[in-house]
Amino acid sequence: MDIVLTDWQILLLKVGIVLALVPGVTLVAGYAEHKVMAHLQHRLGPMYPGGFHGWATLLADGLKFLYKEDIIPAAADKRVFSLAPFLIFVPTVLIYLVIPVDRALIVEDLDVGIFYLLAISSVSVIGVLMAGWSSANKYSLIGTFRAAAQLIAYELPIVLSAAVVAMLAGSLSLVQIVEAQRWPFLFWPPGIGLAAFLVFTGATIAELTRPPFDMPVAESEIITGPFTEYSGMRFIFSFFFPEVANMVALGAIGATLFLGGYRPIVPWGPLEVIPGVVWFLLKTSFMVFLFLWIRPTFPRLREDQLQKFAWKFLIPVSLALILAAGAWVLYV
Amino acid sequence: MATTERGIRNADEVVREAEETQVEAPRDRIGTEEMILNVGPQHPATHGVFRLLATIDGEVLVHAEPVIGYMHRGYEKLVEQRDYRQITNLVSRMDWLSGINNEFPLWLAVEKLMEIEVPPRAQYLRVVMVELNRIINHLMFFASFGAELGAITPTFYAFREREEIQQALEMATGGRMHFGFFRPGGLKEDVPRGFFAQALKGVRQVINRLPDYENLLLGNEIFKKRTIDVGVLEKEVAYNYGVSGPIARGSNITFDVRKDEPYSCYDHFDFDVPYGTNGDCFDRFWVLVHEVVESAKIVEQAIEGMPTGPIVGKVPRVIQAPEGEVYVRTENSLGELGMYLISDGDRRPYRLKLRTPSYSNVSALPHVLENTFVSDMIAILGSFFFVLGDIDR
Repeated sequence: MDIVLTDWQILLLKVGIVLALVPGVTLVAGYAEHKVMAHLQHRLGPMYPGGFHGWATLLADGLKFLYKEDIIPAAADKRVFSLAPFLIFVPTVLIYLVIPVDRALIVEDLDVGIFYLLAISSVSVIGVLMAGWSSANKYSLIGTFRAAAQLIAYELPIVLSAAVVAMLAGSLSLVQIVEAQRWPFLFWPPGIGLAAFLVFTGATIAELTRPPFDMPVAESEIITGPFTEYSGMRFIFSFFFPEVANMVALGAIGATLFLGGYRPIVPWGPLEVIPGVVWFLLKTSFMVFLFLWIRPTFPRLREDQLQKFAWKFLIPVSLALILAAGAWVLYV
Repeated sequence: MATTERGIRNADEVVREAEETQVEAPRDRIGTEEMILNVGPQHPATHGVFRLLATIDGEVLVHAEPVIGYMHRGYEKLVEQRDYRQITNLVSRMDWLSGINNEFPLWLAVEKLMEIEVPPRAQYLRVVMVELNRIINHLMFFASFGAELGAITPTFYAFREREEIQQALEMATGGRMHFGFFRPGGLKEDVPRGFFAQALKGVRQVINRLPDYENLLLGNEIFKKRTIDVGVLEKEVAYNYGVSGPIARGSNITFDVRKDEPYSCYDHFDFDVPYGTNGDCFDRFWVLVHEVVESAKIVEQAIEGMPTGPIVGKVPRVIQAPEGEVYVRTENSLGELGMYLISDGDRRPYRLKLRTPSYSNVSALPHVLENTFVSDMIAILGSFFFVLGDIDR
């Protein structure tokens, strides 16, 4: 018997899958962050919760946050304060809609995939601004303006380096982009691909406000910046969850745009048998590991140094890359 | 000198620009005003209850005013009610990271007044313990300075190395922070078997792993960007505020009490005094890291040449300093620790003035902090290596 689903049922199914998948991915990545950092620093990391190598650490953490008192500061703008986590959290989930996990395994293959993705990922800065401003806390205020300035500065290199890829692929659809990439992905076209990848990765780390670009949330300076006043589940949904989920999402985007997404790393018979999902997950894990690796290695930059790095280095470089890519498309 | 004071000059420009726009723009449209940011007493970068009233203009710190006293415990009055033997445990709680260092000048002062001869083995052992303690202290600041600049790994490196030395000290004294091991005329008891091996193991481990440290922090481009020419403390200013220790040596003051005015048996050992030339955060930190090597050298030499013999000199049953006064200064982990002891012949001191290094060092903070960035403020606070108990005592 054939099961025929109506459009609405399919939509519901998709929404259900994404809503279930995103927290799962976040938990795995969060656990990976604990463990990778721990082993880079020659310690064991969480070992007890759940029994086997502390696999349930994040579940226990979540439970703890659930039980925490929900505090809204007396001086805070209560409505804005409680609305902000949603504005940060929802775009994070929306990013996952257009990531092609396999050739046909994608929630929505939009024609304007990249465009949608970049647009959605910058919405969350409004939430950050709301959170910081409504908290009525001076540290949050400093952090908020740092976050706003940083996200504006680093949105540009991301957009420009993604534009390089779009130009070379001749499409904005993410599936088309993956299909258009030629082996060896990162090194094709020579120089341009690798440079665009480096610009993209650097800007991504800044966009994620991860170390060494974590000034907006610098713990030792301004105490998680815009989220100083958040506690309990609000803290999870405004800071921790989006940070990790975004990290995975942007890692997946990096893998899609530059590393050939779900396609095998070498176009060779036996490797083609391995399903695309596996390749995609491997490449995404590599990107996530890169982010995790950088964190315990470097100290934090200063905000003005970061802005200089963006405006004086990354943006000119990515503009030059666009020129080079244009020349490549036209003449080669 | 084109590159020096770059961070500060940048901040100057920003302030000037802000002032200009404030004058030109109509008041009802754009108005900027300074904001007072209260840093501490509960702030992660102040390691303790240190408070800083910072007047900031955007990211620029215009003026900073340290507020201290949240931890004042009245030690100078308390010691007047205590027997000399009880004081040793009080003063070890001043700079709690280098407990055994604090006990040193107290007994030097008492021994000087009572004219007690300390046997050579006790002197050597004292130096070993003090230098081991100095290494522990410096590694702690290595960890915390990294953490303040956002590097999390140095903490774990430093604590791994600290542990070996902690264990050596624990073997001998039974304590990990407040050792209480010095006695008038010597030490509480001789060190147990295996102490020297453990101490050497710890010390050599530190020396072997120092290149790692240099790669991780001192050689790191971002670290250099954050610290070089940031928070410059000029030599003259350092003199005027009575700054001492690694911070003063970062500012090209090559004074070290151990070297220039040797006490106990420090003149028996061969060691260098590392110093910086610019007086910025990087130099202070560089001096701190390299002092660890010098301390390690002293420990190795002392253990090699360890004399045998008693560990306590001829001491009367009752410690009762004769009438008189004496000033003794030693090189504590964070600077010059002075104790001015006045005795009226009682079992208790008539007055004990404590000159603690952190107190004088922190007094130079407002000068250094002026016109820096908020992020620099954290770097500068971290590079001033202070212990709250040592400021307030």
